[in-house]
Formats: sequence, structure tokens, C-alpha cells
Amino acid sequence: MADLSSNFIGIKSPNPFWLASAPPTDKEYNVRRAFDAGWGGVVWKTLGSEGPPIVNVSGPRYGAIWGADRRLLGLNNIELITDRPLQVNLDEIRRVKKDYPDRAMIISLMVPCDEESWKDILHRIEDTGADGVELNFGCPHGMAERGMGSAVGQVPEYIEMVTAWVKHYSKMPCIVKLTPNVTSILPPAMAAKRGGADAVSLINTIKSVTNVDLDHFSPFPMIDGQGSHGGYCGPAVKPIALNMVGEIARHAETRGLPISGIGGVTTWRDAAEFLAMGAGNVQVCTAAMTYGFKIVQEMISGLSQYLDEKNMALKDLTGRAVPNFVEWQDLNLNYVTKAVINQDDCIKCGRCYAACEDTSHQAIAMSEDRTFTVKDDECVACNLCVNVCPVDNCITMKTLPLGAMDERTGRPVAPYANWQTHPNNPMSQAAE
Amino acid sequence: MSNSPLTPGIVAGRLAPAAIAENFADHEAPFDRHEARVAADRCYFCHDAPCMTACPTSIDIPLFIRQIATGTPDAAAKTILSQNILGGMCARVCPTETLCEEACVRETAEGKPVEIGRLQRFATDTLMAKGVHPFTRAAATGRKVAVVGAGPAGLACAHRLAMKGHDVVIFDARPKAGGLNEYGIASYKSTNDFAQAEVAWLMQIGGITLHHGKALGRDVHLADLQKDYDAVFLGMGLAGVNALRAGGEDKANVQDAVDFIATLRQTADKTTLPIGRDVVVIGGGMTAVDAAVQSKLLGAENVTIVYRRGQEKMSASGYEQEHATSAGMRIICNAAPVAVHGDGAVSEVEFAYTEDTAEGLKLTAQTFRLKADQVFKAIGQSLTGAPEGLRIDGGKIATDAAGRTTLAGVWAGGDCAMGGDDLTVTAVAQGRDAAEDIHAQLSARA
Repeated sequence: MADLSSNFIGIKSPNPFWLASAPPTDKEYNVRRAFDAGWGGVVWKTLGSEGPPIVNVSGPRYGAIWGADRRLLGLNNIELITDRPLQVNLDEIRRVKKDYPDRAMIISLMVPCDEESWKDILHRIEDTGADGVELNFGCPHGMAERGMGSAVGQVPEYIEMVTAWVKHYSKMPCIVKLTPNVTSILPPAMAAKRGGADAVSLINTIKSVTNVDLDHFSPFPMIDGQGSHGGYCGPAVKPIALNMVGEIARHAETRGLPISGIGGVTTWRDAAEFLAMGAGNVQVCTAAMTYGFKIVQEMISGLSQYLDEKNMALKDLTGRAVPNFVEWQDLNLNYVTKAVINQDDCIKCGRCYAACEDTSHQAIAMSEDRTFTVKDDECVACNLCVNVCPVDNCITMKTLPLGAMDERTGRPVAPYANWQTHPNNPMSQAAE
Repeated sequence: MSNSPLTPGIVAGRLAPAAIAENFADHEAPFDRHEARVAADRCYFCHDAPCMTACPTSIDIPLFIRQIATGTPDAAAKTILSQNILGGMCARVCPTETLCEEACVRETAEGKPVEIGRLQRFATDTLMAKGVHPFTRAAATGRKVAVVGAGPAGLACAHRLAMKGHDVVIFDARPKAGGLNEYGIASYKSTNDFAQAEVAWLMQIGGITLHHGKALGRDVHLADLQKDYDAVFLGMGLAGVNALRAGGEDKANVQDAVDFIATLRQTADKTTLPIGRDVVVIGGGMTAVDAAVQSKLLGAENVTIVYRRGQEKMSASGYEQEHATSAGMRIICNAAPVAVHGDGAVSEVEFAYTEDTAEGLKLTAQTFRLKADQVFKAIGQSLTGAPEGLRIDGGKIATDAAGRTTLAGVWAGGDCAMGGDDLTVTAVAQGRDAAEDIHAQLSARA
């Protein structure tokens, strides 16, 4: 069994699976259950300033999209930060951390964008025993309209400023949680780094409307006949999150900045992918909200088995895919593959044919007896047939070796060359 | 003392009323909305789908399943019914395991096809429960067509003709419409008087007049119909029952399985139905299985199906055979009846083992006897009383692909005509296609 103990910016936890700041970490009761179930750490649900508590809607807070058998694929919420009194939260955090000293306890914070507010809240949480703080610059609904959450996260100068305040008034490790509701994740990440952040965590939720009630003509979740945008999360957002994590991990200015990966982590495999794309640990919310805390047991056993099979230490997995995460212009344009249909596995559904014939390159032939074969002289290797085939591994992509004839182009496979040196590129740097 | 499966002779009430009621309830529960959505989601929406090709009525199965998956079962029903107006009954009685579901690519992939039959039932039941009839008639053509037989073929033909604007008059020999849907389907496959409900729903199209108790050759005659109507469709099924051709066949308690099945269907209180302790069913088709299974469901102690050829030649599907054997029946193959023994009533049936040779089936010298107080003959039905002037081929009315007989202006379809597999679904297809051809001819004549 691989050693999963994790050290993220000096914060130790028995495994790299933390619960993200969200409803599952709103109070002592839940967090104790989470730790008992085996979670390595929690980011306590975001605390706000001292004062009258936050008010939430009393209609539906969540919207969702589903796959087969109502498998939840995406979740959207319009819940705000904690609506319980600050002191109650602080007392609970202190008690839980005392009873679970080996688990990571991070406090998520969101207060108005002025130095006094941040100084005050940092002072109040000082003696809770917490291991670090996470600055919630991510929530895209409700608080953003009051100048907090993603309203800060969308302005790099504010990120830098607030991060600097936090580093000035607190000795705790500081994680800056980024919003994906930006055109590029890099300027916010760079700003966090300039402000002195010890790490960034991403992604927070994505502005979204999950569906429209077609009887009431209202976006959902619907509150008394109206709906506002919420924050989207769950398996559906993972591809967006992986890209943003990878972009920060590979960029010259942000490379090496520790990342806590968030966004649709549902299984050990998702977690391993985030780690390979540069995350030092992962945070989970929707999967726990869908299945309960017990899922961490599968994440622990799965990641352990994977690391054992790869004979790899946890820290060595972090960033393993980053060198291979390149820009399009770096891709080998002389690399040629062809789809191959395994006739023994084929169940003759014809989906590859319909997809290729109707929407792609007319590169699959269909015979009278429903035998489907790839026409190598038409196949551009787009991979669509692989993706629509219902049988795992029935269609695979065969790589043509160097020198082999590509029947589509009539040219032999040549050595590596990318767009930057391609003759069709007017900006080509090819030596004349 | 009440009766039990061990009571000798032929008696009613071998099982408690609750047990009999449960035995004759829906043998496959209908899907609820969620089950249907889950089952529908398994469909791959195949290109040029094999299931659709396998369906004798060519229902667009991937389309109707997608319509269920997207929450529009009424639209799904219309997709089904526009190809097969008796889609509700076919969903219950089609041997899907040898048709659409056998062709399903998931059968190939994992041995578990999409449950097309049950999905079809979900869609058609949903629509019919609303009392909605999704078709309307075209403008009246002034043409009149006579349809003989209100079974699947006749009803499908009549509905399609009515839709096209023709007036249709159906003559049926029995007191109720539906044909084998009403009299020939095992009770547990068509519960809650579904056949009659379906006929009533079908008749909502309008323009169809139904006469009961009118048999061809007795009450109505083809020559008159030809004279009085613009076209005639014959779909009267097979009224004759084949004989065993074994000595002693006329002894008491040797009955036709089709009569037993019909009586079962027409008896609301099944606890009043007498059944033997030792029942022997002779035959290898669906009728044999239906009679045998229902004998068991009534409480017979021993039920044996005896078929003269090998098991692979039984026309009852593997699924049906398994249903029979799992319900406790024994199937003996390669044996043919040679004599029925008994003093007045049957007490034993004597069989000879058979050999399937190139020259045909031969009896061997080896025989055995089965104890029997009730015997059901299920060795096939035959065409009787076919009108003069029609060419008969292989015991059936000869037709071309469009259902035309050798007499001008006379079409035929269903079990009485050649070309089908004696299935409800093929009868529907033949009735529908004949209607299209009749319509084309009448339109051309106009």
C-alpha cells in the first residue's frame, strides 16, 4: 500500500484528499463525520466578517444535470458563505482540530475588500489551531455582487493586494482560491504569486444556469418563479479545471507555485489526473455531496494501487504530465495514426459509421452484412469513431511508423515537425 | 376438503384462489417511468438499426426509445402505432427474443438486449391510458371495403383503410373482436381485458363498422362481398385444428389446446376451471407452451409437453421453452403419439420415439406411456372453408407480396394467408400492407 501522506505547503495530512470549502464543511458535525470517514483535510466553509449572519434563500439552492439513470454530472448552487455566527464556527473549528490533530484544517475567508476587515478576521481566527487559510476569491454568485468572491478574483490587482495584507497580518500558510470566470487564469495566478501566496487552489465554480423550467419559463434553481445564475461544479467541469491547473503549472512565471486541484474530482483516477497536471493535492465537494463521505475510501485504495503499480511516490506524480502539456503549435504534424476497428469486438451498432459518414470524413465503409471498416485513404485520425463507439477499446488508433505510407496523403511518414516550421505557415521559421 | 394438485381426475380449484390470481396476473410487470428512462438509456441509437430490420412491422425502434428517453412517451407511441396499430398487444405477445431483441447489438455485446418489448408497452400504455387516438381520417373517398375477420390482420387492414378515408365493414365469426388476441393468447400475457380495450381504442378512428357472429361461408359469402364492396380483405385465420391421427383420439378429455386457451381467456374466475392432475400436451409451438404453462398455473401436478421432432425444431422460442421448464414442466422431444388408452376417458397416452430421416419422420419400435387424465392437442391449425376460386398453396390462401389473392379485388393476410409466421406482428404487417395496396388500387381507379 503506497504511502499517501501528504505535505502541501507545510500542511500535513494523512492523504491528499481534502474536502473543499462548501456545505459538507459547514459545521462540526459534518467535519467530524468526514474525518471519521478518512478525509485527509477540510477547508472549512467560508467565514465572513463579524456581524449579522448571512441570509440564504429558502427555496432550492441547487440545480443539476444528469446522465443515464440520473447519474449526477453537474451541480449548480446559489448558496452563500456560512450563514452561522462567526464565533460558533470558530469554537467548532478549535474543538475539531484539537480532536483530529493529524488532519489538515484550513479556514476559508471572504470579507470586504479593505485592509481593516482582513486584519480583523485574521486576528479572530488566530487561536483556532487551524493550519492555514484559503482566500475565497471565487464564488460567482451573491457575494460577488457585494464586491467579494469572484469580484475580487477577476481583478488581479485586488488579488495581489489582499494576498499581501493576509501575508502581512498572519503567519499562516495562505492559499488563494481562483475563479474560472475569467478569460485567462494566468493573470490571477500571477497576481496571487506576487502578493505572496503560498499556493493557489482552483477552480471555484463556473457561472451557470443548469436548465430552464419550461412550464414557468424560469431559470433553475427557481425561487418563486425566478432564477439567477449559480456556480457550476461536479464531473462536468473537470476538463475546464484540468486545463487551468495545467496552464498555471507550465507557465514560466507561475511554475512551481503549489496548486490545490479542484473541479469535478469524483474518483481516484480524477485525483491522479489533477496531480499529474501539477496539483499537489486535491479538494472534493460534489462527489461527497452526491455519494457521502465514504467515497474517500475508494480514492485512497485506488490511488495507492496506482502508485504501487507505477512504483511511484505520491510526490513524484505531481506534475508528471506538465512537460507534455504544450501549445498546439508544438504538436508533431507529421504524426500519423489511423483508426482500426477490431471486428471481433464490434457489435455492429454502426455509430462509428453514422458519425463519420454524416459529420466527419466519410472514412468508414459499411458492408451488406454490417461489417464496418476504416478507409485508410480517407481517415484523418480524428478519433470521433473511438469516442462514439460504445465498446471499450473496440476501435483504436494505430500509429504509422516513420517511413510508412500514409494512404490519405500519398506521402511517407516524416520525422517530427510542427507548425512553427511548416511551409504553409507564413510565419514559418524554417531555414531557407 | 378442498382440492389440491394431487386430487385425482379433472377438478377445479387445485390451488387457493389467491395463488391462482397471482399466477394469472401480468407475468412481466410494466415499467414505471423511471425504469423506462433507465431502460431507454441503454439504446445505442444504432445506424440502420438491426432491431428495426428484424421487426416485421419495421417500427422505428431507436426513434421511439429516444422519445421515451427524452420524456415524450406519447410521441414514442405514435412512432410505434403508425407502423403497427396493435403495438400495444405486440408489446405483450411478440416473441421479441427471436425478433428485435435478438437483433439488438447489446444482445451481441453482453447477452442482455435493450428491453424493446417492455419499452414499447410503456409507450403504448401511456398513450392509451390517456384515451388519446393519435390518428385522424383523410377526407371520405366514398369507397367501401369489406374485411373478414377482426383479428390482428383484419383490424390492422381496417384501421389503415379508415385512415385513408375509406369506409370499412368487418365481419367476424366470434362474439367478440380481436381474433387470437382475444381467444388465443395466454391469459397472463394479456391481463385486464387488454384485447378488448385495444379494439375499442382502435375503433376511435371512426369509419369502421363491426359485425359479430358473421362467419364467412355461413352468414356472409365472398361473391356477395365482391359485389357489394369495392374491395375485400380476408383475414379470418385458421379455424380448423389438426388431428393426432392416433387411435383413441376421440376418448373423453382429449381436447384442442386452442379451445382450452380460449376458455381460459373467457373465464374471469379461473378457480372455476377444471384441470387434470396429469396433463399431456402434444405439440411444439406457442400454443403447446401456452396450454402447458396455464395447466400448471391452474394447479396440475404433472404437465408434459411431447413433441415429435428435436427440440431445435420447436417453433416455441428458447425463451418460451425455458419459461415452461422453469415453471416445472417436462419437455419430451422426438416422440409421437400412437395410441390414446383409457376406458371411455383417457388414462394414458402411448408414444413411439421418432427418427428424423432424409425421407421424413419415422416411428421407431420403441414406445413409452405417459399417465394422463387430460390431453391437449396443439399440433397446428388449418384453413377450413376457404371460398371457392381462391388458389390455396401449402394449406394457405396464395397471395403476392402485396396480399393480392388470385381473385381480382380480393386480398388476404394473417394466418389464413401464406407468407407469415403465424405471429400477431406479421398479421398486422400483412393487413396494413394489403390496406396500402387496396388504397393504391382504389385511388388509381378513381
